[in-house]
Parts: sequence; C-alpha cells; structure tokens
Amino acid sequence: MLRYLPLILKNGLRNRRRSILTISSIAASMCLLGFLLAMYHAFFLGQATAESSLRLVTRNRISLATVMPISYRDKIKTLPGIKEVMVYQWFGGIYKEPKYMFARFAVEPDRFFAVYPEFKLQEEQKQAFLRERTACLVGRKLADRFGFKLGDRITLVGDIFPVNLDFYVRGIYDADQNNENMYFNLQYLFDSLGPGRKDFAGTFATIVNSPEDVNRVSQAIDDMFHNATVQTRTETEQNFVLSFLSFLGNIKMILLSICAAVTFTIILVCANTMAMSVRERVKEIGVLKTLGFTNGAILTIILGEAAFISLLGGFVGWIIANGLAYGARQAPAFIQQLKTLTIQPSVTVALLVLSVVIGVGSSFLPAYRASKTSILDALRYTG
Amino acid sequence: MAIPIAYNLRNLAVRKTTTIMTALGIALTVAVLLAVLALVAGLRNAFASTGNPLQVLIMRKGSNSELASNFTRQQYQDLKFKPGIALDSKQEPMVSLELVTVVNLPSVDNPDGVNITLRGLTERGIAMRDDLKITAGRWFRAGHREAVIGKSVAKRNPDAQLGKQLKFGRGMWEIVGVMDAGDSAVNSEIWADLNQAAADYDRPEVLSSALVRAKDPVAVNALINDLQADQKLNMMALTEKDYYDAQTSSALPIQFLGTFVACIMAIGSSFAAMNTMYAAVAKRSKEIGTLRVLGFSKAGILFSFFLESLLLSLIGGLIGCLLVLPLASVTTSIGSFTSFSDIAFNFRVTPLILLTGLLFSLFMGAFGGLFPARMAAKKEILVALREES
Repeated sequence: MLRYLPLILKNGLRNRRRSILTISSIAASMCLLGFLLAMYHAFFLGQATAESSLRLVTRNRISLATVMPISYRDKIKTLPGIKEVMVYQWFGGIYKEPKYMFARFAVEPDRFFAVYPEFKLQEEQKQAFLRERTACLVGRKLADRFGFKLGDRITLVGDIFPVNLDFYVRGIYDADQNNENMYFNLQYLFDSLGPGRKDFAGTFATIVNSPEDVNRVSQAIDDMFHNATVQTRTETEQNFVLSFLSFLGNIKMILLSICAAVTFTIILVCANTMAMSVRERVKEIGVLKTLGFTNGAILTIILGEAAFISLLGGFVGWIIANGLAYGARQAPAFIQQLKTLTIQPSVTVALLVLSVVIGVGSSFLPAYRASKTSILDALRYTG
Repeated sequence: MAIPIAYNLRNLAVRKTTTIMTALGIALTVAVLLAVLALVAGLRNAFASTGNPLQVLIMRKGSNSELASNFTRQQYQDLKFKPGIALDSKQEPMVSLELVTVVNLPSVDNPDGVNITLRGLTERGIAMRDDLKITAGRWFRAGHREAVIGKSVAKRNPDAQLGKQLKFGRGMWEIVGVMDAGDSAVNSEIWADLNQAAADYDRPEVLSSALVRAKDPVAVNALINDLQADQKLNMMALTEKDYYDAQTSSALPIQFLGTFVACIMAIGSSFAAMNTMYAAVAKRSKEIGTLRVLGFSKAGILFSFFLESLLLSLIGGLIGCLLVLPLASVTTSIGSFTSFSDIAFNFRVTPLILLTGLLFSLFMGAFGGLFPARMAAKKEILVALREES
C-alpha cells in the first residue's frame, strides 16, 4: 500500500478542481456530523463534573411548578450520606426586558457554599452575602455580559411571584459551569411575599458525601415521602438539567435523523466522485495493467485515493467543527451542557474513521469493476 | 434559437447513476429543511387554531403566563360587569374564571414524564370554547374528582386513558371523557371542575386567570384598554389569540438548529452538483464544439448547461418533497416555555413549504451550475472539437 502512496497522491491531485470540490463537499457534511455528534455526546453521554455528580435535585412528583413544604429539608438532612441540603427556588422574573434572560435562584446563603463548593469568591464577598438580606451573587460570565460590578443594584420584576425585588451585587463568583446565574437570599423573597405564601420549596439541592451515595440517597429521599401527601422525585443534577431538553422536542430523535441524513449525503458525494474519476481513466488502467500492475494493486490505488480524499475532507470538517463548537460555547447558555461543547477525542476518532470507511466503502464498486476490466476492453474504452 | 430542453433531459438520463446520486444528495438537504419547516408550521398551526379573536385573557400584571398568574374571586366579581362583555343565552356575562397548573405524566417519547396543563373551569368556560366536543365518555361533574383529557393526551400519555385514574392534587381523579378541539392546543390539556381542583390545590380564593368574550370585534380593544387601565383590578389583558401566537416561539431553537444544518448541507450539496456539472462539461466538450459549429451561441450553451443544473437540482428537490410528505401523519410534541407544558401537534407539510423546498433546491442548482456553464460557454470551438473526453 505504502509503495503506491506517491501514485495515489498524484492521482488525487490530477483533477484539482474536482478534488477540491469533493473535499469541500465532504468537509461541509463532516463538520456538521462532528458538531451534531458532539452535541449528542454533550447531552446524552457527557460526564458530570466532580461536584455536579455529587448533587441531587428533588422536586415535587407532580411537576416542577408545584411546590413542596420547606420542612422536607430537615427531614432529608437526617438521611445518612448527605453533606448538606438547601432550598433552591427558581425565581424567574424580568430584568429590564424579557429578552435579558438569565437564571435567577433564591437560595439559603448559610448552606449555599456547602452545596456549591466549586464556586470561588473572596471571603469578604462570601460574608457580605451571608450577612445582607438584599445581597446577591452573580457569575463572572453574567457580570461580564451586563457589566455588573460590586455594589450595583439589580431590580427584578417578578412573574411567577407577584413582587419586585431590589438586589445589590455583593459578590462575583468564578466557576467553570453555572457561571451565568444569579443567586439571592430566599428569606428576602419570603419576607416580600408576605404571610400566606411562604415556607415553600420549589426544589431541594442536596450534596452527598461520595459518588457511591448518589443512587442510594436519591432513592431514600423519594422513599421517605412515598406515603406523604406531597411526593417527591429525586434525580442527579445532570439529569434534572437534561429534563429541560425535552422542552425542545424529541432532540435525540432529531439529532440522530439529521446525522443519518448527513452521513448518507457524504456516501453519495464520495461514491459519485469516485465513479466519475474512475470512469475517466479506464484507458489509463489498461495501460497500468499492461505495465504489470495486478488487479489488487489497481484496486488498492483507487481505494487509497478515495480514502485519501475523504480523509482530507473529514479533517477539514473536523477543523470547522471545532470552530462551530467554539462559537456555540460563546452563545448565551440555554442548556448548561452547551457551555462545555467540545469535539471530544472520541468524536474526532469517529469522524476520521468514518471518513475512511465511507471513502473506501463508497468507491469499492467502481474500483472493483475497473480492476476487473480486461486490458483490451480498457484500452478500447472511449468513455 | 435555444438548445431544446430535451437535450438536457436526455443527458441527465444517459448519466443516470451520477444524476441520481447528485439529486439524492440535494434531496436529503431539502428534506432536512422541509422537516424543520413542517415542524414549525405544525406548532404554529396548533397555536393559531387556539383561541377566539373575540376573547380576552386576563392575567396578573407582570406574569406572562396563566401558570404564573393569580386571579382572586373578588377580582372576578369586579370584572363580571365591565361594559362590552358578551352575554350568553341566559343573559349571564361570558366570563370564565380558571385555574391553571401542570401535572407530570409519562409520554410515549419521554417515559420520565412531561408536563401537561391541568385546567380547572366551569361549564361556562367549556361553553366559551367553540368547536370543542366530547368524542368519548362525558363531561366532568361539578364537585367530583373527574377529569376530561384532550385527544392528544389520550394518544401520547399511556397513563391518561378513559376510565383510568390519575393521581394529582389530593386524590385520585377519574378520567371520564376525551375531548377533541380540532387542531387546538386544548388537545394537550386535562380539564377538571374549577372548584374541586381549587380545593385540591389549596387555592380556593386565588385562581389563575379569567377569559372574557367581547360583544363584538370593536368591543375587544375597548375592553382591553378598559381592563389595562383599571387600577383596582391591576391586571393585564390581551386577546386569547395573541397569547397563543406568542408561544410559537417555543419552536425557535429547533428552527434555528434545522436551518443551520440545512444551510451547511446546502453548501456541501452545491459543491457536489458543481462537481457533477464540471464532469458533464468536460465529457461533452466535443458536443459543445459541435453545437457551436451548428450555430448555437455562447449564451445558448451557457443557458443550456445552467438549465441542466437546475433540472438536476429540481429532481432532487422533488425527491426531497416526496421524502417529507409522510411526515404529515406524524405527531410530535414540544414544550412551551409559557405554559411550561407539552404541546402535541402534527407536522404540517403545506404547499408553501413544498414550494420553499423546490426553490431551495433550485438555488443549490444555480450555485452549482453557474461556473461549469460559464466554462462550457467559454470553450473555443476548435479546442473543444479537438479535446479528448
């Protein structure tokens, strides 16, 4: 095979326009495939970060929009294996205009840093958040987006809750994920809502001691409230976030069908190009055979050329896919997983292997036919 | 004289393998775009079929959904006698006080459960929905834990079936009927008696929203202005239509992803078409020379090859359209961020969408065919005739 490499390269370059067009065409499809596979990987195969994999989210079994009694927190806390439990309440609301969307949560400051140990901020900012009722924390990325500085006032108009709240930025935290959120004191929300509507919990965030505890604890929490009026449903933080994906429709199905369509397109493009290219040089194959090239050698040369072109296309596509993933990471977060969208090594390997397989597979038929053509027929061919 | 179109058609037929492969590539690209468009059209249709233009939805100021809204019985009493509200046959104002919440049920696509809107309302509320009928069973009775499910709920949520019981609120609710509201989003809801639901959810006084029917189209705006300006009521009002139209934005992420994918695929397919056309030009060099000798102009050659590329892509476009036609019978669902619940709908393959697909394919053909056609037209007669294919 290596022996024929110069010949393969020469053949690949003989019709430069065609090679470039084919490579571009394959690259376009391959970059899509890479990007979509990376998305699939991030959504459905991704590994949670160390801290995230230790966190559980408990919500009302009926739905996320139905609250639970706040007393559940202390009951959950009694279970073995739990480091800390905190009420975690989605606030929603509007900051200036509905389009300035970011996640706002009411939390319990005294438990917050135990549940989110990965959030880094200065000690005095931490203390200010614990001390001041109207303090809020914002993620670095969010602060950059809106130019929030320490001491700035943020006003949120409530939509789920009929209150308008003023906050003062007392801390800006650094974290790899969840760095576009705003956190504030739950007690401030309860006080503003007045009597009749307080002491409820939308969700509980629990951090367990070790990864081995995750399944046992989540089962134990749900079992604990199995016979209560309000039943719960507990899942890992990662699964909880992913449950929002179903809002976008059947994403798994959509991603897989598009991937299939794209792969099929690449096969078509490859097969077509190689068929054209082989047809063009049947005469040449006759000459090669007269010179003593065996059928196998000719097959190798043609298949090698197809593999070379489609591998090159796959490689260019891979580069573009990396660019697309970079772009997606910059976009405002809708699903946390998109923030970590990278073309994983496994996706890279899959992409490159797939290009070779498609290249060889799709050109096999024309290559095989050409290699079988008898010398006389080949030389006489006037295609 | 122009080169007859039959010449191009025969050429495409002669090189049938290449033609089919190139056309299929274009077809798949078109199919991806059309599938997404059909999805969005289906969702839009579901929301557009919901709501009566004469009806006004009233929610708490600041809340943008019924789910987050509050509406007290006192406010309902104040609202009832506003001018401009239509009266029913019993001379009662057509105002419906409603409770909206969600319940989580496993669906065929998502065994982990999706949110389904649960609406508590009274007989008047039912009467205010036109084109709504019970297709199986009966309506719920007041004061009982009975529920009626939309036909999409019955189709997509195995736990919600006529005769079965669902657990929500404070007990078991019996499903006594299935309702059909045409294409409306109501098909994705569960309905129950207002007072029973309010008692179960501990909201006897604070419900969610009110729906009002205006006397006539002119009264709609006057009613909205009147309601918006009422300081005591402190509510926001908008037509039921506007409320549902705005929810079409739920499909935006998928629309964005699909269009993005289709555009990149289109670039790939255009290159493939270009390749095919360049090969066609190279192979027919002698023919081009002959045509020129016969007196056909350069422009005629340019046009002929360009046309051939368009025909090639049009075949692809047609196959693409055929590929998406079966989608019309597929039901899928999307979550609405407004109602925080699942909306089931059918893909909708409209003539306009098919036309878009054909135009999209022609666009690819035009891009892929222009340069090869120009090359064909530029060939010198003598060189062309002498060229070996």
